[in-house]
Amino acid sequence: MKSLTIALLLLVLSLVVGETAFAQMKLNGAGATFPYVIYSKWFDVYSKKSGVEFNYQSIGSGGGIKQVTEGTVDFGASDGPMSDAQLQEAKGKQGTDILHIPTVMGADVVAYNLPAAGKDLRLTPDVLAGIFLGQITNWNDSKITSINPGKNLPDEAIIVAHRSDGSGTTYIFTDYLNKVSKTWAVNVGKGTSVNWPAGLGGKGNEGVAGIVKQTEGAIGYVELAYAVKNNLPYALMQNKEGAFVEATFESVSAAAAGASKNMPEDLRVSITNPDGKGSYPISGFTWLLIYQNMKDKSKAQEIVKFLKWAMADGQSYTKDLYYAPLPEAVVKLCLKKIDTISTN
Amino acid sequence: MAPPPTVIVGAKKRKIINMGDLVFQGSTTFFAFLVFALVFLMAYEMYRGSGLSIDKFGWSFLWREIWDPVQDEYGALVFIFGTFVSSVLALVLALPLSIGVAVFLSELAPRWLEKPVSFLIELLAAIPSIVYGLWGIFVLVPWLRISVEPLLSKNLKFLPLFRGAPYGFGMLAAGIILAIMVLPIITSISRDVLQAIPTAQREAALALGATRWETTRIILSDAKSGILGATLLGLGRAVGETMAVTMVIGNRPEISASLLAPGYTMASVIANEFTEATSDMYISSLIEIALILFAMTVLLNAAARLIVWGVTKKFKTA
Repeated sequence: MKSLTIALLLLVLSLVVGETAFAQMKLNGAGATFPYVIYSKWFDVYSKKSGVEFNYQSIGSGGGIKQVTEGTVDFGASDGPMSDAQLQEAKGKQGTDILHIPTVMGADVVAYNLPAAGKDLRLTPDVLAGIFLGQITNWNDSKITSINPGKNLPDEAIIVAHRSDGSGTTYIFTDYLNKVSKTWAVNVGKGTSVNWPAGLGGKGNEGVAGIVKQTEGAIGYVELAYAVKNNLPYALMQNKEGAFVEATFESVSAAAAGASKNMPEDLRVSITNPDGKGSYPISGFTWLLIYQNMKDKSKAQEIVKFLKWAMADGQSYTKDLYYAPLPEAVVKLCLKKIDTISTN
Repeated sequence: MAPPPTVIVGAKKRKIINMGDLVFQGSTTFFAFLVFALVFLMAYEMYRGSGLSIDKFGWSFLWREIWDPVQDEYGALVFIFGTFVSSVLALVLALPLSIGVAVFLSELAPRWLEKPVSFLIELLAAIPSIVYGLWGIFVLVPWLRISVEPLLSKNLKFLPLFRGAPYGFGMLAAGIILAIMVLPIITSISRDVLQAIPTAQREAALALGATRWETTRIILSDAKSGILGATLLGLGRAVGETMAVTMVIGNRPEISASLLAPGYTMASVIANEFTEATSDMYISSLIEIALILFAMTVLLNAAARLIVWGVTKKFKTA
């Protein structure tokens, strides 16, 4: 009996102590895998600085949109902006507008596994669409060899890899193909999940990178950071002006430079296939989806503080992780938008 | 349960009702029905959830071949085909092996060998599905892509079963992994069925001059329905297996005659796409696929249990 009493006392004590420890703020978010690398860094640095803990689940942009609509998270993240219909649905369910706050920019690169081709394989929009439509099926097809005169491409089948789950990385990629290929626009369309004409499906950016890394002759689209971390060579894409551009933070920033002039009021804009000689054509913003009018005002205040930090100090972490920082003009628009989040 | 005793007290009869017995009987009956109700509730919820897609597609959902989230057009045929083919392939690969092992364990193995080997086989069933999946990606798929599939596609090209590029990922990889996963189930149940056949049968056959092999054949034909039951149970597991299959099957919603081609099963599509399905019709179609899978598994398991129960009962009363 005595040991039981002691055990019970200890249990109660630990709960009390635990309560005070858990009084620290915890914010839950879910969504895109595309920016997961930099969000983890930000949450880690920011929580050391401010004591606010973030719990982010990278389940895919589609998942982020869904959870934000259902109200199971404090904020969401997506690389594909929500459509008007989705915004209406969310407003109906949560009673408030959802704001899109761009955080960083990234690039979808076309990674490939073909040791004979080496680095810097060149691809044009038509050839890329042809490969992903399943029309170009061999690496030494004349359409590919004609734009890569210096390379000795082997007679090997092209194995296409794409995402099997709903994804903003897919959204940016299919948005680009939608703009540059009429056949793609008619037959496939754009979205976080599409009916792929060809290829194997991998789960997450990690899944696609895994398929490309393992399978010789494979080609797939992944976020730049995943290609670099896995040492996968990626192609030079021909942009609107005809130049073959590598995905670097300069070329991605160049893609956004024009966009900020015609940015719509709700900050949902696509920057694929932009003007500009130095622009990388398959770039995109990634957004945090924030409730304008959160029920828990203390959480809203913490989110606003975090967002302001992300717009300032947060941008300095982008280069090392292969993302591009937001242009100044876009940061200004974001700060204006952040001020509309109701914190009292 | 025996009726409570009646006691004659004075001029009246009174039943002594033991409160404890009544409560015990009531609560255990309640829990038994609770399990049944849970299954029924799950089926009902799935039926309700798939209301939208049942309204739009009706029965044709079962034979439509399209899966397009952009156009919101869905059909289950590709997944039913994928589940069916991968499971049947698994059985074709596993059954001869399982029956062989079961015969070895029940008829031929010395006692000191039978226990450890049985234990090891059952250990295979304990390995988590995702561990099989990881092993599949890093060991099985590269081996198939580099050694096995090029051989098959070069030499057996005349058969539509082996045409196409050797991806490694695909129906063959899924079939092999599922075969390894159903092997322990079929083996242990077959072994139990074979051991349930009374020794008198074997002695009678041997007494009549049959050889060891002929005796085993006679025993196997006695155990036929039991082994069928074991096979159906194995099939039930193969049909529902998710993580291991989704990591090696290629996740391509396409029907193809070739084993080398990638495919997609019902369990895989739900695992991959459910959390990110944004439109209501998309979610409803996925729930309908879950309902079809649920119905398939329930039917297979019910049939299997009835058969196995029938066989062991036959030999108990013999």
